[in-house]
Amino acid sequence: MAERETKPDPKGKSLPASDDGPGAAGWIAKSDFQSFLDRLVALGYRTIGPTLIQGAIGYDEIRQVDDLPKGWTEHQSAGSYRLVRRDDDAWFGFNLGPHSWKRYLFPPQQTVAKAIKRDDGWQLDDVEDAEPPFAFLGVRACELAAILVQDRVFLNEHHSDPIYRRRRENALLIAVNCTQAAETCFCTSMGTGPRCVVAFDLALTETELGFTVEIGSPRGASVLAGLPIREAAPAECAEAASARQQAEDQISKRLDTTDIRELLLGNLDHPQWDDVAERCLSCTNCTMVCPTCFCHSVEEVSDLDGGQVDRVRQWDSCFNARFSYMNGGLVRGDVRSRYRQWLTHKLAGWIDQFDTSGCVGCGRCITWCPVGIDLTAEVAAIREVPK
Amino acid sequence: MTPSANPVAVAANPWLARPATIESITREFTDVSTYHLRFADPEIDSAYRFRAGQFNMLYVPGVGEVAIGVSTGGPGRPTEDGPPTWDHTVRLAGQVTAALDRLGIGGSLGVRGPYGEPWPLDSCAGDEILLVAGGTGLASLRAAVYELLAHRDRFPRVRLLYGARTADGLLYTSEYDAWTAAGMEIDTTVDRGSPGWQGHVGVVTQLLTRLRPWDPERTSLWCCGPEVMMRFAVRAALARGLPKERVWVSMERNMQCAVGLCGHCQFGPEMICKSGPVYRFDRIERYLNVEGL
Ligand code: SF4
Ligand code: SF4
Repeated sequence: MAERETKPDPKGKSLPASDDGPGAAGWIAKSDFQSFLDRLVALGYRTIGPTLIQGAIGYDEIRQVDDLPKGWTEHQSAGSYRLVRRDDDAWFGFNLGPHSWKRYLFPPQQTVAKAIKRDDGWQLDDVEDAEPPFAFLGVRACELAAILVQDRVFLNEHHSDPIYRRRRENALLIAVNCTQAAETCFCTSMGTGPRCVVAFDLALTETELGFTVEIGSPRGASVLAGLPIREAAPAECAEAASARQQAEDQISKRLDTTDIRELLLGNLDHPQWDDVAERCLSCTNCTMVCPTCFCHSVEEVSDLDGGQVDRVRQWDSCFNARFSYMNGGLVRGDVRSRYRQWLTHKLAGWIDQFDTSGCVGCGRCITWCPVGIDLTAEVAAIREVPK
Repeated sequence: MTPSANPVAVAANPWLARPATIESITREFTDVSTYHLRFADPEIDSAYRFRAGQFNMLYVPGVGEVAIGVSTGGPGRPTEDGPPTWDHTVRLAGQVTAALDRLGIGGSLGVRGPYGEPWPLDSCAGDEILLVAGGTGLASLRAAVYELLAHRDRFPRVRLLYGARTADGLLYTSEYDAWTAAGMEIDTTVDRGSPGWQGHVGVVTQLLTRLRPWDPERTSLWCCGPEVMMRFAVRAALARGLPKERVWVSMERNMQCAVGLCGHCQFGPEMICKSGPVYRFDRIERYLNVEGL
């Protein structure tokens, strides 16, 4: 199989599709899938995958196939998420919950350094990350793209984050192609999906009785060694292809990314910012669920006598008032400037900073916004009447 | 790269500072002090280098970090001989600076850096340099002053226009004689006069408007101070025919990680810790007048 390297394209061109036509893909029966999960454990991986958590499909440790959300799907729309029973037993018959893989590569809370008081002053120490390697099971195409975006943030030519780097290098990415799309999905506009074509070690497509398996890396291939995997039959490949096509066909949301950087940076005083500020609660939900948002702060956590200090990195958000604190005041003192910061950073500033859009079109920020603010609609409103 | 791209290791933990000690403190005014620091590890101390305009993160464990421009110049502590210390002029403006203040001489802290883009000493070689500073903004230019004066062969004229609110808000006054002797022309102004003040009263922009001789073809302007002051000063210079491409400003935002990872110091599409703090004016001009960016 041809190996490709690419990145989400801010201009929204679609990526080339790889091929799991006859001969190119393997096939594993659902009845054999437990042996695959066991294999991951035997190889020392901690497998994280989709499972039911508090009324949603989230990511957590997966040991048994029964941990997967079999027979469940979600209905998502702006400001709304509902778990719903499927009329079949599909294992991956949903799209995305509120969690993303950044929880594991860039955890919400992480000690990044320590300070210990000695007689002759502070001793400043690195910390070791002891987390075993992750196997991520069920990574969607937009999420692969999101991981590539965060790679550009945390692992660039100037600086790399050692904890992110270690976890990322060790992680096995087992993608599962979407076979349906939510009302909130717009990966096709961002050039990131729905088909998984890059950055995976293995990519599966679910069919009724099993999964087609594409290999994306030597590591992916080695994980499969010895498992009951055979070549996919033409009918199985066709079934997988039509399932993937169904996802593509269901995507209805669009974001026009034409000249989007200039559109937004050229309209920093657009009345739409006032309009959205009327609705936005500045609750930070959108930034917490976004798989690419990376802003963080470091808290100083001292033990009781102040002799040891942990420096704890925590997700932060441009919607927090304190985020823009400077010299005793706030730079972005109102919701208007905070929402504008979020959207212009995501869709414009990111291009300057990391040569990619910060949005992969997963739609989480739309679903999990308590008041249903939809960034694609905000951009469209600005495009409608630019200054 | 393979599809499961494993990016290459580049640098160490961005949050890890180096232990340092406050060797001495110069009390500039009531709420501004210059801390003369030295790294605890002599090897690091002698290997440390920075370029004028860059900043360090000063870390007080248990309290936090603050970004401060390195203001060491010439012999470090210009009043004494000996190897240079790493000087940081700090205004009391929050928890970390208050904690620094409490540390006192001999106090232990962490330092990491230097970070950011420096003043354009190389690309402006051959130009007449006009420094325009407001308040503690001179701290970011102090290292540049020493660099410029050490290389008078490359800078035919070096001038400083410096304004503060009151006469006792002017930084580094004890060094002005030495700077003048080394060939710098200094003009100061204060917003409010006081008994004994015989210099200009008014904003620094007025000095700029009246500056003679004025050769916009050969002048480069480096400006550091409050944002409002920089806007007016730059506008005055442009009005006198200075091209935008010969104007540099040093911006300030809340720098936290200092390596473009934490997102706090954004200004439009810029991360000031990485692509700044020193910018050529035309790069950020369109964002300077936007409220709440
Ligand atoms: S901005 Fe919204 S749609 Fe885009 S990647 Fe983030 S959460 Fe997904
Ligand atoms: S856009 Fe929605 S989710 Fe984001 S901060 Fe505003 S109210 Fe919260």
